[in-house]
Amino acid sequence: MASQEILREEPSRGSFINDPRIRSLFFQTLVVILLFSSIWWIVHNVIENLQRLHIASGFGFLRSRAGFDISDTPIAYTSDSTYFRALVVGLLNTIIVAVAGIVLATIVGFTIGIGRLSQNWLIRKICTVYVEIFRNIPPLLVIFFWYSGVLAVLPPPRESIHLPFGSFLNQRGFYFPRAVWGDGSWLIGVALLLAIAMALFVAHKARQRQKATGQQFPVFWTSVALIIGLPALAFLLSGMPLTFDFPKQSTFNLTGGFWVKPEFLSLLLALSFYTAAFIAEIVRAGIRGVSKGQSEAAAALGLRSGPILRLVVIPQAMRIVIPPLTSQYLNLTKNSSLAIAIGYPDLTATAGTVLNQTGQAVEGVFIMMIAYLVLSLVTSFVMNIVNARMALVER
Amino acid sequence: MQEHDMSWVRTEMALAQPAPPTERGAYAWVRKNLIGSVGDAILTVLGIAIVLWIVPQVINWAFINAQWSGPDRTVCTTAAQGGIQPDGWTGACWAFVNAKFGQFMFGTYPVEERWRPILVAILFVALLVPMLIPRVPRKGLNAILLFVALPIVSFFLLVGGVFGLPHVETARWGGLLITLSLSFVGIAVSLPMGIVLALGRRSKMPIIKWLCVVFIEMVRGIPLITVLFFASVMLPLFLPEGVTFDKYLRALIGVSLFAAAYMAEVIRGGLQAIPKGQYEGADSLGLGYWQKMGLIVLPQALKLVIPGIVNTFIGMFKDTSLVLIISMFDLLGVVKQNFADANWATPQTAKSGLIFAAFVFWLFCFGMSRYSMYTERRLDTGYKR
Repeated sequence: MASQEILREEPSRGSFINDPRIRSLFFQTLVVILLFSSIWWIVHNVIENLQRLHIASGFGFLRSRAGFDISDTPIAYTSDSTYFRALVVGLLNTIIVAVAGIVLATIVGFTIGIGRLSQNWLIRKICTVYVEIFRNIPPLLVIFFWYSGVLAVLPPPRESIHLPFGSFLNQRGFYFPRAVWGDGSWLIGVALLLAIAMALFVAHKARQRQKATGQQFPVFWTSVALIIGLPALAFLLSGMPLTFDFPKQSTFNLTGGFWVKPEFLSLLLALSFYTAAFIAEIVRAGIRGVSKGQSEAAAALGLRSGPILRLVVIPQAMRIVIPPLTSQYLNLTKNSSLAIAIGYPDLTATAGTVLNQTGQAVEGVFIMMIAYLVLSLVTSFVMNIVNARMALVER
Repeated sequence: MQEHDMSWVRTEMALAQPAPPTERGAYAWVRKNLIGSVGDAILTVLGIAIVLWIVPQVINWAFINAQWSGPDRTVCTTAAQGGIQPDGWTGACWAFVNAKFGQFMFGTYPVEERWRPILVAILFVALLVPMLIPRVPRKGLNAILLFVALPIVSFFLLVGGVFGLPHVETARWGGLLITLSLSFVGIAVSLPMGIVLALGRRSKMPIIKWLCVVFIEMVRGIPLITVLFFASVMLPLFLPEGVTFDKYLRALIGVSLFAAAYMAEVIRGGLQAIPKGQYEGADSLGLGYWQKMGLIVLPQALKLVIPGIVNTFIGMFKDTSLVLIISMFDLLGVVKQNFADANWATPQTAKSGLIFAAFVFWLFCFGMSRYSMYTERRLDTGYKR
């Protein structure tokens, strides 16, 4: 009996110093003690420093008057607005430039990436040169290049460059006609929504029918016809309530129309051209990652090259492409903070101004970090949903 | 009935025939690579148009019309702008780069002391080149000299204040000197820190694991500018009254912390790719944790993720340009600062200066990426499936 109990005991590990559980407990306790003592030390220092500088901590400052102007304001803002509103304006500007940049970078990146796989030697080489140039220079430099190298040396407003469709390009930015919607234009919006709903319904029915009977239905062209046709019909029925406000040249400046400032333009172009080089490489890797057997098998089944690409290669390539594409989107969003270097009022720039004016360094940096973390989390959340829909469904 | 006569058997190989004329020579290549189909031909025409549109312009601007030297802005401006060039002239103003070259390299480092950064650069190249060539022996000694001895020597050489060298405060450093020193120290610090963080993230001790996860995910979720803001605005608040440290050091801490978080994720990828049998094999040999990691797992894992590590290095090298935001003048910062010089204010100045800076950055980054491709091929361990 006694000998069996001895056997059931844990084998001796010699001294308790060598027991992994005790060691792990010891190290973790040590880390916790170190962490808390350094946090305590830092908090203590911060409180003391703030008292010395007579800065009240807390977020109360957000309700006081900002007193500075912001050049791009997507929502109403004056220098009499609160700090909070200034930060919201900054956040909105960041979101605008990030979303526009993501769309543009995706278009350019996919084009270049597919170009790098082209049969055509010349196109392949041009795309390679593009990628190798833009991958290897800092994004900030690209922003400066557009801002002070290209846009700043354009002619002054009086000698604006005329572009098609009544748009102008000059030192002060890009001007294009603004659409002015008249009465009854809400009908067009309703028609568009209706068309999208109907297109989705048609796609659903067509899928069901194909599953049941194997007959295909031209979903794509039907959807195009619906989405263009219905709003166009509504447009005609409501008496064409659309006029354009064209930019006009006056003595010193252009008036009217829609004005894109050079700060926004150079930031958008730089971010999307820079990120596009990385997206191109991702797309290339994704398409190369689909084994050749897949397209050969599809060809053996009698599919033509269009359907092979659409039904066999791209769905598999997207699985490889989406995770790194997500991190490029996140990088673009984070790189939009470079706006501060050319004075586009994004979140970092406005938060920096607020921080300088109030001296609320801790709260300012905290707000910045939280805002970017939330933006990153939202982007990865959306891309994770896309990824889950694309992912391999295995048994 | 057909009769088969089997008496004749070919005993020697048939002579190789040349490829048909449509499949060889320049024309076949052109047909295959440029005009394979109608769409291809259109693309080719488009491509030729792009090349013909861009290349002559670039060559004209950068070489033929460029001004290589001159005393001030007059060489780079047209007569209407107050210079000596004919109206309608556009060309690169390399004279600007030429005149400011010293500043672009060293910032406002005192001219009579510039031999010190030059000496550091020579030492750096002398130690780096044998490190990069695989055939040169004594890699261990070389690495110690490069990563331990060189930083110490460079520190005393660059900062001065000892051995009769005059003190040069870091506020006077600038240009490529800051870009290179920040990224070298950043690389040397972030790699070991990234390894520690990656090991911590895969550790079985929950507290250490979660600390590493929180640190990595938080740093990766925010832009570098925010980290630099943090380092330049918050760090002074964190320290007791009277204790301050250099702005350069603060930027260094910010950049290293940032790169370490990215490095950790790259290395974690490598650690996860090592088969479990390697870990178990090390355990069964009776190796301790650090022996197991240092001798068995890490050498294999690091080899696997060399491209990722170099990509992080390249990213960090490019990111050092952001210290401009906290008003330090690296290469890009100095170039931009000099746009304001009234003596050189021409429409071409900004473009020329930026293209020069872009070329320098490009050279370093492209070099790094090519070297990593070479190493990858050399160390190819056959893990690829």
